[in-house]
Amino acid sequence: MGSDLLFYIFGAVAVGASLAVIGQRNPIYSVLLLILSFGALSGLYILLDAPFVAVIQIIVYAGAIMVLFLFVVMLLNAPHEETDYDERVHPLLRAGPTRFGVVLAIGLIAELWWALTKGRETGPFGDGSVSSVAAIGRSLFTEYSFQFEVTSVLILVAMVGAVVLARREPKSEGRP
Amino acid sequence: MSGLVPTPALSHYLILSAVLFTIGAAGVFVRRNIITVLLSIEIMLNAVNLTFVAVGRYRGTVDGQIITFFVMTVAAAEAAVGLAIVIGLFRHKESLNPDSFTALKW
Repeated sequence: MGSDLLFYIFGAVAVGASLAVIGQRNPIYSVLLLILSFGALSGLYILLDAPFVAVIQIIVYAGAIMVLFLFVVMLLNAPHEETDYDERVHPLLRAGPTRFGVVLAIGLIAELWWALTKGRETGPFGDGSVSSVAAIGRSLFTEYSFQFEVTSVLILVAMVGAVVLARREPKSEGRP
Repeated sequence: MSGLVPTPALSHYLILSAVLFTIGAAGVFVRRNIITVLLSIEIMLNAVNLTFVAVGRYRGTVDGQIITFFVMTVAAAEAAVGLAIVIGLFRHKESLNPDSFTALKW
């Protein structure tokens, strides 16, 4: 079946684009590559029989959140990252959080290797369809209605917080 | 065509998700730019979303997709507040390097 191959293509695009996001020094390219990664993940959601999540992945993530990031990157106009350490030094010999990050990455890769070799194969996916948007809506507004309302409070708090944080100091407005 | 690659099962999706999460976690520590650190957090959130949707598909319920919906809401709120903080920090220090913000360092 062709969709088997699609999983590997989308997975490779997602992993490659995410690695490029980390490897990139210019944040604008990082944001654009992350949009590519989200597009590949959206394809994976369609393969997983979840078209609703795939669509909001594109609209909300790639369309709204990433454009917000891109807007801030262009607003701040500070494209290149300055580093105070020598790039040629081995990552394990650098100071502080970089060394910790490398240790963490090695630990996670070791764990992943363990899962790959020792983990048992799970069975194939069942035949039951979970793609019904009506079922999602019914569950969201009955079983999870309280959580849904709490989410609206969260968004309100985030909105007020963002406005307060990004506001100019009242003092500086009086200056010429 | 079907003999070319193994049919993806739940474990394939979980491994892909773990790889993406590892990339995001490494990016938080390796990069010295606050915006790239926020992007790495988004990569990690998406890896978790993929896990939720795959396990929800495996169990045959829509609960995984609903949790993904909530995670996306939290990610949007986090991006809005985080970018507001970045703008405020940049206004004070003219820098995006996390090492230059040491006012709260003990």
